[in-house]
Amino acid sequence: MSNAAQALSRVLGRGSAHEGAHHWRTQRLTAVALLVLGPWLIISLLLLPDLQFATLRAWASGLVNAALLALLVVIACWHSQLGLQVVIEDYVRGWLRMTTLVVSVFLHVLLGALGLFAIVRLALVAP
Amino acid sequence: MATRPLSPHLFIYRFAYTMALSVLHRAAGILLSFGLLLLVAWLLALASGEAAYASFSAFAGSWPVKLALALLLVSFCYHFANGIRHLCWDMGWGLERQQARASARIVVVGAVLVAAVLLYLFFGKGIGS
Repeated sequence: MSNAAQALSRVLGRGSAHEGAHHWRTQRLTAVALLVLGPWLIISLLLLPDLQFATLRAWASGLVNAALLALLVVIACWHSQLGLQVVIEDYVRGWLRMTTLVVSVFLHVLLGALGLFAIVRLALVAP
Repeated sequence: MATRPLSPHLFIYRFAYTMALSVLHRAAGILLSFGLLLLVAWLLALASGEAAYASFSAFAGSWPVKLALALLLVSFCYHFANGIRHLCWDMGWGLERQQARASARIVVVGAVLVAAVLLYLFFGKGIGS
């Protein structure tokens, strides 16, 4: 936006672009979701008779379990990316900052995709 | 831009233990980000078949990885409990100094207790064996 446009926006009292709180809000929303999904995973695993291959396969291929696992992986990756972004913005300087930010986003998306792929395969393909 | 003072400027403050909790929240969060690698590796191994899962279990059963898993569980409990504290602050609750100090103590004691119980239960279940 040009300086003139910025000055005009200020005179017209338009305020910000209303996206300033988006990162903050998403970080909190994903945190609240993980407040439920984290304990769900821990308690589910503890309630299983053992942590052997067959037991875990049967558990992970359940419809609700697969859906919640998928949510957990996606939201955990999202929350992790938002958190690391703040850390990087606070401590990394110069060209390294943008580099680490981009690498972090790519790795988190890759991690989420791999996790989702594994969960779908667990649910749909017999061992 | 580089010449302006930027947050966090930690060293102009007198140290208070609530600051240590804040730093630990970040440290635990960073550790948990790396823990996600293990979670996804676990799911991939489980999805890849019995042989892959056996080698993942052997990996997870080795002492350095067991130690890392224990550290991750402690980090999770702490980041979880302190995260609730942060969410309360976001809603405007407990922002007074005395309240923040009391909640700090509750968070540390609660996280340590829950982590101890979970460690006992998980390792009793033969995690990585």
